[in-house]
Amino acid sequence: MAIKAVLSSADIDRALMRISHEIVEKNRGSDEILLLGIPTRGTYLAERIGIAMGKAMGKSSSEPIPVGTLDITLHRDDLRSKPPRALTPTRIPGESIDGKRVVLVDDVLYSGRTIRAALDALGELGRPALVQLAVLVDRGHRELPIRADYVGKNLPTSHDEAVRVSIAEVDGEDFVAIVGAHQYE
Amino acid sequence: MSNVEKIAYKPIVIQSAYSLEGKKVDLRIESGVISDISEAGSLKANDADVINAQGLQLLPGLVDLHTHLREPGREDAETIRSGSAAAALGGFTAVHAMANTEPVADTAGVVEQVVRLGREAGYCDVFAVGAVTQGLNGAQLAELGAMAHSMANVKVFSDDGKCVFDSLVMRRALEYVKQFDGVIAQHAQDPRLTENAQMNEGVVSARLGLAGWPAVAEEAIIARDVLLAEHVQARLHICHVSTAGSVDIIRWAKARGIMVTAEVTPHHLLLTDSTAESYNPVFKVNPPLRTERDVQALRAALVDGTIDIVATDHAPHPKESKECEWSEAANGMVGLETALSVIQESIIESGLSNWKTLAERMSTAPAKIGRLAHHGLGIIKGTPANIVLYDTAARRKVSEIRSASKSLNNPYFDRTLPGQVMYTFLRGNLVVAKGDLVNPL
Amino acid sequence: MSNRSDVLSPKLSRHLLTISDLSREGAIHILDTADELARVSDAPIKKLPTLRGRTVVNLFYEDSTRTRISFEAAAKRLSADVINFSAKGSSVSKGESLKDTALTLQSMGADAVILRHSASGAAHRLAQWTDGVVINAGDGTHEHPTQALLDAFTLRKHLKGARGEDLSGVRIAIVGDILHSRVARSNVLLLSLLGAHITLVAPPTLLPVGVHDWPVEISYDFDEAIGECDAVMMLRLQMERMKSAFFPSAREYSRLYGLDRERIKKSKKNPLILHPGPINRGLEISADCADDVDSVILEQVANGVSVRMAVLYLLLGGSHE
Repeated sequence: MAIKAVLSSADIDRALMRISHEIVEKNRGSDEILLLGIPTRGTYLAERIGIAMGKAMGKSSSEPIPVGTLDITLHRDDLRSKPPRALTPTRIPGESIDGKRVVLVDDVLYSGRTIRAALDALGELGRPALVQLAVLVDRGHRELPIRADYVGKNLPTSHDEAVRVSIAEVDGEDFVAIVGAHQYE
Repeated sequence: MSNVEKIAYKPIVIQSAYSLEGKKVDLRIESGVISDISEAGSLKANDADVINAQGLQLLPGLVDLHTHLREPGREDAETIRSGSAAAALGGFTAVHAMANTEPVADTAGVVEQVVRLGREAGYCDVFAVGAVTQGLNGAQLAELGAMAHSMANVKVFSDDGKCVFDSLVMRRALEYVKQFDGVIAQHAQDPRLTENAQMNEGVVSARLGLAGWPAVAEEAIIARDVLLAEHVQARLHICHVSTAGSVDIIRWAKARGIMVTAEVTPHHLLLTDSTAESYNPVFKVNPPLRTERDVQALRAALVDGTIDIVATDHAPHPKESKECEWSEAANGMVGLETALSVIQESIIESGLSNWKTLAERMSTAPAKIGRLAHHGLGIIKGTPANIVLYDTAARRKVSEIRSASKSLNNPYFDRTLPGQVMYTFLRGNLVVAKGDLVNPL
Repeated sequence: MSNRSDVLSPKLSRHLLTISDLSREGAIHILDTADELARVSDAPIKKLPTLRGRTVVNLFYEDSTRTRISFEAAAKRLSADVINFSAKGSSVSKGESLKDTALTLQSMGADAVILRHSASGAAHRLAQWTDGVVINAGDGTHEHPTQALLDAFTLRKHLKGARGEDLSGVRIAIVGDILHSRVARSNVLLLSLLGAHITLVAPPTLLPVGVHDWPVEISYDFDEAIGECDAVMMLRLQMERMKSAFFPSAREYSRLYGLDRERIKKSKKNPLILHPGPINRGLEISADCADDVDSVILEQVANGVSVRMAVLYLLLGGSHE
């Protein structure tokens, strides 16, 4: 099985930095931005984006951009395909998501079903003013009409390949690779 | 059906069976008796039918002192016909049917009916046990004399199912039956200590949340009764002994010369209270299954004779009495057809004893207690041909055995047991041949 | 979603009949899952789609509004359909056997049956006759696993705090009619599985003969036992026990084994007081501390829903492998 690295640690940093600036741009002047990472890796990416956004907006460390985590396990559409999955935490900073500009953050966008579940989960927590989506990698093959507002890298892949996202807080180092059946020379 | 007085026409020669001493013998049956026994190969067949008994163990016809045939009254569970057929398949040529029928066998009329039905069926000799008290009420003696002097010739009296708890009534009963050489068979269970009891009181019952049936409830009654028997110089028989403590008391009593005899069931020699963990009421029985320590003590007692006999306490129940919650279920297990196999597993294959001793415990001794004239006389020239040929090498899945009993509450349902009765002779008549009833039900 | 790494729960038995069905990891996982699900109760929409299309039947042969409503709320918050069978006025009370009722529920498509019954082992039997999941909500004097789980959850929340934690180091006394208590049996199994130190306090008549085999200490002296406790669980006492000579009078029982302010003062640690409810005021708990206990009871009720949601999710939420 071949592993092909497509994003290095520096690439990831640059991508997250760019995404952070784009979020600030698109939501110009808003104090109501709330970042929600989708566990596991999305959570840490959201934290990094939050810090970068804070710097870009000239905020002091005492008023950080609110960052939280949103478990989507119980809203998955494929629960019955496997034995029960362990729940991950949901932590929403502040009182509620009503009226907030929620930016969901995930590592890879693929079929879109995770985001569909995230939207359902959000719907039960309240009524955001709007929901946007930031992903580090978009590998195509959407099965639902879902699209990302902010994309770190577009990575066309085939179905028999897998995208492996490694980030320091979870896996020890930062990189993104494609793991496939083909031999890459 | 066959009239039990009819005698087989043709003589039968059994060739090459194992005697109780383990030697190969030939045996000839003629006119309902054992007419000859000698070294294998020495008896010519001539005019006789021949049974090749190569590899089979000769046993005397077994005598069960304690079985429930449910007729009259509970024919949905068993009839005298189906029960005695099951007995024959288990190698029994005589059984004693307990008195807790509906109506209770507390009059000459009912006991005579039981005996008559047994004769009509013809599978084995059915003797009736008479109740000690009227309707098993524990308060007033039943007409014990009438039953003894009836055609049923009752010698064994028992309120089994219930304990004769009133000390005075028990004393009187012990005394009264002396006049016709009868014996009271006590179901030892202090009712106050066992109200709504479900299983042996111990570690398992504590965990399972089932009300306990403490060993002392059996032992205290036995202790009282052996002293009563001593005081009034009467015979006493203890049904289904189930605890190590009971064994100790009986041993002490015998050493004192008290005329007490005792029985143990096959299931108490093999199964323990850990079977209740599944909450399957097929394992619910009275007295309950006890601990491994009790099982070992009972085995040793049967071997050394402190416990005189094996008695099945065959207790058939219809499906709905067992397919329910434990506390709703009836007590009891069927046991006639598996008795020999369970004894083989627990006593022979464990190396504790031999067939000669078991023949004494399962035929000679029970016949003596019941004062039977024509059973338990051993495999001796001149005695009635009540004989069993048993295949000790067989191994059968109990679930695949086609049973004659009407009830299926068999605790060995998931086991494989050794041995199979291949031939049962009742006074020279072949009742079971090649493992099947000669006259199917 | 195939990129998402699945963390499966520790394997649980198909049914929840007894605490012995749980491993230590499985028990902690249930508590952690309950912790997450507790937030649903605080959310504006108290509903998750997880068990949509599943049918859960409450089969209650004994009256118990409290437990039944708790299970019903838990199932409905997960969007399951709930059907209630209670003993009175149904075919159940007309003598239909447990087996027949089980077969009926099965043909109705019940995915799970929650059974409360007066016979020990009833849930085990039901599991023999139905393909669905069976959850024991109290069988005779045997067990009440979800009660123990919610007690453990409450204890952990107050005394340990964090997810992933067990109860090691926690000292708890369970006081009262141990012999007849299914709550006691489940708690002894669960709390010891989670590492707690348990002392049973009762008159000798109310302790089972086999208790020497249990992973507990025994004390006949409540004043002494309460000294080092972080928590005290008081069991309900039924007055009928007096008729079978388990104890001579209510007065003597409450004097020796009841909880009141005097006795609480003898403790060194201001213990948390738990009670499965409802309280016999003046018998196992005096009126003067009943109100304190009431507040924890209310909390136990809320915790009960979260714990039962966790059990339903973990037994019904995935595939049956």
